[in-house]
Amino acid sequence: MSDAQVKTLGERQAFPPLLSVDGIKVHYGAIQALKGVSLTVGKGEVVALIGANGAGKTSTLRAVSGMLKPSAGRIQFNGHDTTNMKAHQLVPRGMAHAPEGRGVFPNMSVQENLELGAYLRTDTSGIQQDLEKSFTLFPVLKERRKQMAGTLSGGEQQMLAIARALLSKPQLLLLDEPSLGLAPQVTEAIFRTLREVNATGVSVLLVEQNAHLALNAAHYGYVLETGEVVMAGPGKALLESAEVRRAYLGE
Amino acid sequence: MAQLLQHLINGLAAGTIYALVALGYTMVYGVLKLINFAHGDVMMVGVYMGYATAFALGRDMRSSLLGVAVVFAVAMLGCALLGFFIERFAYRPLREKPRLTALITAIGISFALSYGFQLDLGFLPGAAPRAFPEVIEPVEWLVIGDRDVVVWNWQVISFGIAVALMVGLQYLVFRTRFGRAMRAVSWDHRVAALMGIPTDRVIALTFMLSSALAAGAGLLYAIKDTSVSPLMGLYVGLKAFVAAVIGGIGHVPGAVVGGLVLGLVEEFVVGYAASTWRDAVAFGFLILVLLVKPGGLFGRVAAEKV
Repeated sequence: MSDAQVKTLGERQAFPPLLSVDGIKVHYGAIQALKGVSLTVGKGEVVALIGANGAGKTSTLRAVSGMLKPSAGRIQFNGHDTTNMKAHQLVPRGMAHAPEGRGVFPNMSVQENLELGAYLRTDTSGIQQDLEKSFTLFPVLKERRKQMAGTLSGGEQQMLAIARALLSKPQLLLLDEPSLGLAPQVTEAIFRTLREVNATGVSVLLVEQNAHLALNAAHYGYVLETGEVVMAGPGKALLESAEVRRAYLGE
Repeated sequence: MAQLLQHLINGLAAGTIYALVALGYTMVYGVLKLINFAHGDVMMVGVYMGYATAFALGRDMRSSLLGVAVVFAVAMLGCALLGFFIERFAYRPLREKPRLTALITAIGISFALSYGFQLDLGFLPGAAPRAFPEVIEPVEWLVIGDRDVVVWNWQVISFGIAVALMVGLQYLVFRTRFGRAMRAVSWDHRVAALMGIPTDRVIALTFMLSSALAAGAGLLYAIKDTSVSPLMGLYVGLKAFVAAVIGGIGHVPGAVVGGLVLGLVEEFVVGYAASTWRDAVAFGFLILVLLVKPGGLFGRVAAEKV
């Protein structure tokens, strides 16, 4: 499956390279989830990955963060070949992944969850500062810092997952369906925060089913269909494309 | 009254040993959701390591304080190593396979150890039970009345060692960075890896820790029982597993309480009914607990994560 089949719209804004995924394939037993996905994310860029259920969005993120090992293809991050690295080796290199379903530790307090995000860091005062920063970003987490994470609402858990991911001081934040199961106002608040985070220089690779929301927030977007990238372009351009509007925006 | 006190003391001494072995089951279950059926047999191997060390040290040396420390250290370190190898080569390759695969492997290792140690290979003592050397020379530590209640020094030492190990473990799990990593792996090792936690290393260390605890407990058991045999692991292991389930498997303080409760129940059955009833009552008690609280005394019945 070559890149020639990807329909590309518009001009991409230039960012220095950070992540480059080149033709990765992923299999679950006999089922091929990714048939050769290529994409890039630049330093300071927000990139959205949209597509239907089962298109391979989550598999792509998992391969990037080292949760899954691709059977073919190459992943480069920050100048290193990270194709065969495991998840825990990528964290110190600047990758953070807030997984699907949030993945907070429900039997630990909010504070403990956040501290786990900083597991590899040893700069105690820096961690303290960043904890305060995440409480400014999500004030509700400060109120609930002693509470078990399992008792938080869905939106609060999503905020915790993002805040926890940020505590590893990532250069690239991978976000899997942050809007899933959340009320529209909560989703909006999370996307507002995302822009703030991006403004501090953190790149974001965002997986969303809510294409409208994702493409509005993203500099660039990729459309995934049955394990392949079928379309790519700046967020605005994709939003205006007739095909995307028909297939993903319900028009 | 004196009799009750004596049974209480004996029961607690036996219970702390069960508790230590139960902690191993519970920790490994916590991080891997695996019932490590080989755990009791690892304990047995530890006892043989201690047995060999005690003989190597000779009669005078082994009952000195230093000698006892050496016996425990060799057995515990040796078992930590054994636990490491079992995890690395038997369980890790099956990590992503269905849980039943690892469970059957565990039973296989259990049998390989318990029956392997019965082989007549020259360097192994063979199938017959052997007298365990008196590493702690029995001295009456406390005598009440006309020998109504006797507390032996080994009971006190055993209790002391067991409590120290448990307190240490509790501290490790709930107060240290490694413990936090362990609890994170226990919830979801994939998400734990996303925090930068080296999950393989945490799991290996958990195995080493639980195996070392088992070796310590096994030695205390062998000192109490004054014997060692290749099948002791199956028996003590099964009892400790029952203790872990009574307390709620995966729950650290639960394993301790389960062990103490089981030790006391058994002692009271032996004391007030008949020793032939001991095992029947122990397992009957398990059934009773599970009928009332299916997750064990402290465990919660949680829906399986998918």
